Amino acid sequence: MNWLTNYVRPKILQLVRPRDESENLWVKCPQCGHMIFHKDLKRTFRVCSYCNHHLRLSARMRLAMLFDDNGFTCIELPQTDPDPLKFRDMKRYVDRLREAQNQTGEHDAIIVAHGTMGGIPVVVAVFNVEFLRGSMGTAVGEGLVAAAELAILQEAPLVVVPAASGLRMQEGVLSLMQMARTTIAVDKVKEKGLPFLVVLTNPTLGGVAGSFAMLGDIVLAEPGAMIGFSGTRVVEQTMHEKVPEDFQRAEYLLSHGMLDMVVPRSQLRDVLLKLVKLLRYPLPPGEVIDLLSRTELPPLFENPPVPSSSPSVSPEQPEAV
Amino acid sequence: MPKPLYLDFEQPVAELEGRIEELRHLSGDDPGGVTVAEEVARLKTRMEKQIRLIYGRLTPWQRTQVARHPERPHCLNYINGLIENFTPLAGDRIFGEDTAITGGLGRFRGRSVMVLGHEKGHDTESRVHHAFGMPRPEGYRKAERLMRLADHFKLPVITLIDTAGAYPDIEAEARGQARAIACCLETCLDLRVPFISVIIGEGGSGGALALAAANTVLMLENAVYSVISPEGCAAALWPSGGQVQMAAEALRLTATDLLALGVVDAIVPEPLGGAHRTPAEAIANVETALNNALRELTTLEGGILRARRREKFLRMGREPWEP
Repeated sequence: MNWLTNYVRPKILQLVRPRDESENLWVKCPQCGHMIFHKDLKRTFRVCSYCNHHLRLSARMRLAMLFDDNGFTCIELPQTDPDPLKFRDMKRYVDRLREAQNQTGEHDAIIVAHGTMGGIPVVVAVFNVEFLRGSMGTAVGEGLVAAAELAILQEAPLVVVPAASGLRMQEGVLSLMQMARTTIAVDKVKEKGLPFLVVLTNPTLGGVAGSFAMLGDIVLAEPGAMIGFSGTRVVEQTMHEKVPEDFQRAEYLLSHGMLDMVVPRSQLRDVLLKLVKLLRYPLPPGEVIDLLSRTELPPLFENPPVPSSSPSVSPEQPEAV
Repeated sequence: MPKPLYLDFEQPVAELEGRIEELRHLSGDDPGGVTVAEEVARLKTRMEKQIRLIYGRLTPWQRTQVARHPERPHCLNYINGLIENFTPLAGDRIFGEDTAITGGLGRFRGRSVMVLGHEKGHDTESRVHHAFGMPRPEGYRKAERLMRLADHFKLPVITLIDTAGAYPDIEAEARGQARAIACCLETCLDLRVPFISVIIGEGGSGGALALAAANTVLMLENAVYSVISPEGCAAALWPSGGQVQMAAEALRLTATDLLALGVVDAIVPEPLGGAHRTPAEAIANVETALNNALRELTTLEGGILRARRREKFLRMGREPWEP
């Protein structure tokens, strides 16, 4: 947090902040163009009830959707140097950062939370694509390292939901190094035998896709999510032609063997929970034996071993095969 | 001998060198050969001074151009110069062979090593053959295979980094470029053998890092290493266009900047006027630096090498940087 967000009271910020979509009564679906009532949209976690298009879901709504009773605890992330390169383009990077912080009310493009899912403790890290297009810099790297450490500490599965246009170029090569860093972080979770699950959402591109996001034990994606290493525009420039409509979409990746499944948002929590249970509780439920009503105890062995009558038999010559 | 290629800021050098050539040509049937030789020597000193002047204050964008110089020694030049018994190995055992990444077994100063790197090619034909040093998933999967092979036989790994980035086309994406890079990077960070990377030219984003998460990262004086090319950065952040020099400056992509940021461990000096002027000297400098780094790492046990490498990268971006 910087002095501005600490100092200026939230009510005043409300006046400056652009109006939230939820304050509009009707939202137009970007795919089919239908007008959707805001309450319907909230009920379906921002999935169009006409064409099933998955609209952008804020990080906090996503967290509420995944945890039991919509309840979770966010952890405070370690501080990083906000502008390690003193980067300046048309604007200073610190100003861009501050602007994004004021607009979203978040510190950076990631939120790490813990809570329970179906009674099982889990750690979830969600990207906030509205914060500088969800790009990964040192603060996001720090968030993922913290999330991994928390998961190990709690012996809980780690679920990461990336939504990022790539690396944050204003932090230069240090953003690039976050690829290595996040890879090590999630590897530590995997080494502990804890499940590391990834839900790719729209968009997951560049260095984020090229590191931890594609290293999940199980990788899921939301329908229609754009996923890939090189951006569509760059690919089109190289190929000198238009790319097909479904290129780099979740369904395309599924058919190319890059994902385990494409899961609609309405089923996401159930699928994650089922996977977590399968991986974390592998043994069958214990059998209850009613000792009082039984006259005799079940035998310890199905076929009790018969003691050998002649213990000192010389080994027979094995037959030639 | 083909005419050497000059970058636009090297024009004063080109002029002087042209005059020297001219004089040499004349001196063949000139009775006053002594005065010509004197003049040549004088011009040579002037030229050296000029080069020192230009290369003493290269801007980041000029350095990027030097790093991309077509006559700069490439991966195969270093391999031919430094590795005896080089035996190239091919294929990812899954889909194909990607010649953008070249690699194999060989001996560096008598010691068996696995050496691999991005090869850009030196003329049109070889550039196309090596896909301009821009790997597809097969290349990264091959690299992963070779590194695992080295790990299995406890051989040090040396990677030579020189790429504009991973190949951005439909085929590469369809075959899982992102996953291939992620796995290659994961493998780098998992090796239990000495691992040294040398950034010899261009270190272009994830496509470079996938082979460069090493115990010791060396960087040539005029090489560049960045999250995005100056052109890409300029296009994204300066919508008015044409700000590629400012982008190069802002990105802090030069060897000195990266050493200060703790991203590279040492800078390898280049001969006067850049590696492309005297490739043999550049290759010899890399040999010395590699030998020093290798001598240090080979004393360490595998588990320690892995742990130290992971600790090093886990720290990056955590400590605030003082300019």
